[in-house]
Amino acid sequence: MKQLMSNFKGYYKELILGPVFKLTEAVFELFVPLIMARMIDIGIANNDTGYIIQNGLLLVLLGALGLAAALTCQYFASRVAQGFGYSLRKKLFHHVFRLSEREYGKIGTDSLITRLTNDVNQVQTGVNMFIRLAIRAPFLAIGSIIMAMTINLKIGLIFLISTPLIVLVLYVIMNRSVPFYGRIQQKQDRISRLAGENLEGVRVIRAFSKQESEIRQFDQTGNELAEVTIRVGKISAALNPITYVIVNLAIVAIVWMGSQYANLGILASGDITALVNYMSQTLLALIVLANLIVLFTKAIASAKRVCEVLDLQPSMAAPEQTPDAPGSEEKIRFQDVCFSYHGTENALEGITFSLKKGQTLGIIGGTGCGKTTLVQLLNRFYDVGSGSILVDGIPVQDYRLEDLRGKIGLVPQAARLFSGTLRENLKIADPEADDETLWHALEVAQGKEFAEALPDGLDTRLDEGGKNLSGGQKQRLTIARALVKDPEILVLDDSASALDYATDAALRRALKAENRERTVLMISQRASTIKNADRILVLDDGCQAGLGSHEELLASCPVYREICESQGLITKEADA
Amino acid sequence: MKNSQTIKRVLSYTRPYRGSMIAAFAGAVFYVLFTLLGPVLTGLAIDQIFEPGRVNFQGIFYALLALGGTVLAAAASQWVMSVATRKISSLAAKDLRQQAFEKINVVPLKFIDRHSHGDIISRMVNDADAVSEGLLQGLTQLFPGIATILGTLVVMLVLHPLIALVVVLVTPLSIFFAGFVAKRTAHLFRQQSAAQGRLSGYINEMVSGQQIVKSFGYEKECMEEFDQISQVLFDSGLKSVFYSSVTNPGTRFVNSIVYAAVGVIGSLTVVGGGFSIGRLFAFLTYANQYTKPFNEVTGVLTQLQSAVASADRLFALIDEPAEPQDGPDALAPESCEGRVEADQVCFSYRPDVPLIEDFNLEVRPGQRIAIVGPTGCGKTTLINLLMRFYEVNSGAISVDGVDINRLKRNSLRRLYGMVLQETWLKNATVRENIAYGKPDATDAEIQEAARAAYAHSFIKRLPMGYDTVITPGGGNLSAGQKQLLCIARIMLCQPDILILDEATSSIDTRTEMLIQRAFEKLMQGRTSFVVAHRLSTIQSADRILVMKAGQIIEQGTHTSLLEQDGFYAKLYYSQFAVE
Repeated sequence: MKQLMSNFKGYYKELILGPVFKLTEAVFELFVPLIMARMIDIGIANNDTGYIIQNGLLLVLLGALGLAAALTCQYFASRVAQGFGYSLRKKLFHHVFRLSEREYGKIGTDSLITRLTNDVNQVQTGVNMFIRLAIRAPFLAIGSIIMAMTINLKIGLIFLISTPLIVLVLYVIMNRSVPFYGRIQQKQDRISRLAGENLEGVRVIRAFSKQESEIRQFDQTGNELAEVTIRVGKISAALNPITYVIVNLAIVAIVWMGSQYANLGILASGDITALVNYMSQTLLALIVLANLIVLFTKAIASAKRVCEVLDLQPSMAAPEQTPDAPGSEEKIRFQDVCFSYHGTENALEGITFSLKKGQTLGIIGGTGCGKTTLVQLLNRFYDVGSGSILVDGIPVQDYRLEDLRGKIGLVPQAARLFSGTLRENLKIADPEADDETLWHALEVAQGKEFAEALPDGLDTRLDEGGKNLSGGQKQRLTIARALVKDPEILVLDDSASALDYATDAALRRALKAENRERTVLMISQRASTIKNADRILVLDDGCQAGLGSHEELLASCPVYREICESQGLITKEADA
Repeated sequence: MKNSQTIKRVLSYTRPYRGSMIAAFAGAVFYVLFTLLGPVLTGLAIDQIFEPGRVNFQGIFYALLALGGTVLAAAASQWVMSVATRKISSLAAKDLRQQAFEKINVVPLKFIDRHSHGDIISRMVNDADAVSEGLLQGLTQLFPGIATILGTLVVMLVLHPLIALVVVLVTPLSIFFAGFVAKRTAHLFRQQSAAQGRLSGYINEMVSGQQIVKSFGYEKECMEEFDQISQVLFDSGLKSVFYSSVTNPGTRFVNSIVYAAVGVIGSLTVVGGGFSIGRLFAFLTYANQYTKPFNEVTGVLTQLQSAVASADRLFALIDEPAEPQDGPDALAPESCEGRVEADQVCFSYRPDVPLIEDFNLEVRPGQRIAIVGPTGCGKTTLINLLMRFYEVNSGAISVDGVDINRLKRNSLRRLYGMVLQETWLKNATVRENIAYGKPDATDAEIQEAARAAYAHSFIKRLPMGYDTVITPGGGNLSAGQKQLLCIARIMLCQPDILILDEATSSIDTRTEMLIQRAFEKLMQGRTSFVVAHRLSTIQSADRILVMKAGQIIEQGTHTSLLEQDGFYAKLYYSQFAVE
């Protein structure tokens, strides 16, 4: 929670003055029934019209002062809340980018996004309401009791009984209905899930003629949902009637006792009206309070979720400076690398290979064999479990992260672009790059032709995630983006999967023709894509099943043979 | 008007719950009536206090007794009203939702293919909820609110017309004020929600693309842009939140003016002798509460507007035309030999873009047909037509010589067994999934099917074996395992014709081999259509259909097609031959 408090910095004045002004308004409000009582008991009793008008004006004046105080408070409250939200959001966003991949895995990207958006908003609203109402509502409730007691101590005692009773009722009913809301949410989620499942499986469902049973299952869930809502409805429907009864029975008691005292000349009828008013006011204040508590419970839950992220420390530390390179022959070396995501099963085991500057390594294997993991390790998104990875002779852990990643041009498996123009997307790699560089990169990535055909060329806007482009176009752009950086190491993570075979081949030719002494890691499921690489690493379920050239592997590595055979790259021998 | 039609139609869903509806209305009427009486009775009691020593205790006692009675009656009727309306709104929403769900199970596939699933789901969940909430609020707030406004007016007029006039004239000020603020702040709120939307979008993009941001060293620029958008949100948020929070204190101020005015005029009237203190008290209470129902009613009206919009969306789904019914004399064969013919079939998804034209095909029982072509060539279209997910425009497809339009849809589809590349499993146990097409299958049959599909060994290793629940989306299984389960599902049914869709590349080599073997076993002696990616499948096919851009451009065996040296030959060499 300390993490949250620091976000009030710069707003302490508003944070204190806001509630103070609100309190002032509440005090004015508490005086109203008293003034009205005086109008009745003094003004009317003495037929003093001047006094009545005077007090009437006083009421208006109090109202005006209250208005001024309330507006000041609202302004301070909005300032604090918005400022708090701004600061918290910024802090959280910056923090999120300092975290390492393991932390992302722990919390989940979707959840992180929700925390950054919904949860921060929820906390912000909580702060706003806290300043505006959290002081006012209880103050009015307690103030009413005190005012009542100053009018008549014994009648004030009725308040001491009825107020806790109302609180108790609010507590019991809310406490009993809250668990139901979770169940309602569950049922609603289930309904969405069933609907989604049905739409997605429409072909299978109809192929098996299962419409009837699907409908039956849905109807059952629908009935369950209705049942729960009706049940919780019965509970929460009791709230208003019960509090209403308590308050009005208290009023009956007030009037009855009041009339006894009036008979003795201790109380006047105006006092009785004031007491009744205080009673009504108490109820209103308590209901506001109850709603506030619901809101705060949500805000606190959100605050906890936000703090959970803020409390995470990045699990990988990186030095501020990269040591000087020892002048190694090898560009990349993996030595006995083992790695596991969850500490149980190894995603990679015993990977050893080295690559000289300018060489190309092909990596092949089925889905889930660890190809992408290998790239993640090279970029140091994760640290190896054991073994070591060296780039230019320096262990990746010794690099300043920016320096390490600056050497590598990554073309990830999922072609992800950002919203913005084509130029902005390409310049992510190098903000200084000129158009000539961009066009050259596009040309090598086989994207020049279609980029030229776009209505606004480099200024064409991409929708979020590049939805207005085809998969192949997006992939070519991500390749171009990596090339803009003119990286020493180019990593193509199954990047040609959305390209047809001809474009795939043209891309490889163009890369070669560039002749930049560039070290290339080329991951693919297609044997034809990697078969001309200097070396090929064959992965099978996280293990190194082979390393060598195409011909060597065909002779020595059965897994590689199998892959080539199944893709028709070689024909099956009669005895195989 | 369209709106009133929609409302009428929503109300028609309350018809089955007429009893509750009557209870709700009766509850509302009594609730308003008894609540209005409260202040009058309290005032009556206060008026029995004349001066010290002169208090009419008997009068007070009766007044308070009556007050107690009305309070209990009001509370009871409010409870009845709330419970009844909750019941009506929940059940009506349930009925709406079920109707919508039934509809999506009978609409032509065209509808489901063309509409965003998220949108359909949101109609069934969110819109149905909004309708339910609108119904609830409409019944519990709108009617009692209006009744309270009118009732209060009547009571005040009876008590004292002149003071009533003051209340009636001044009170609307606060409503105007609230309306004024709402109107003036509307654009601020739009600005705020636009900024909020932009920021959320940015967060979404950057956090999910954080690896790219990091690998390109783009963090600094990213932070700067974030701060910038954040600042815009701060500015617009500050304005909109502040200006909208002006409403409450503003209406409170107007209320205090009304209160003071009633207090002064009332007191002066009492002095003049035309009024009693008790009545003044009642008046003050009404004046204090008079704005409340107005606010409620206006609040409900905006909610009703969105509920009507939701209802329109939901009804649009419910009114979607269903697939035409099977004819009364439609045949329902239990099995078939597996002879499939297409005679001059024409089909297109859109009238202006012709797709399949004059397509002819004759498949003898037991033949194996491979369908090849580049992605998007329309292989699924063929499946759509064979299974009658879509109807041909002209020409006919027949099974065993009977036009499939003369068969019951469900019977036709049960003749086929289909394994699609995009596997679909239910969020249910492995056992239930395998037995999906044959719910009365015994455990032994299920296991046998699983064994035949090479799925038994991995199922055994699942934490709960056959009782393992497959998570939504099948996250706890690999793509290959899911496919094996789909094969087992077909194995159990033993259909006469098969439609198989080979996976392209998302499956590890080991599982892939198992799937191949399972497919091979399935196809034994059955007419089968295989969307093929594998050389071996193509080579062993009795016939290959080569598709391109929706058209079947070549047909024949592997060797005959290579001899033709057409599109197939080109495709074959580019995809399978060594460079």
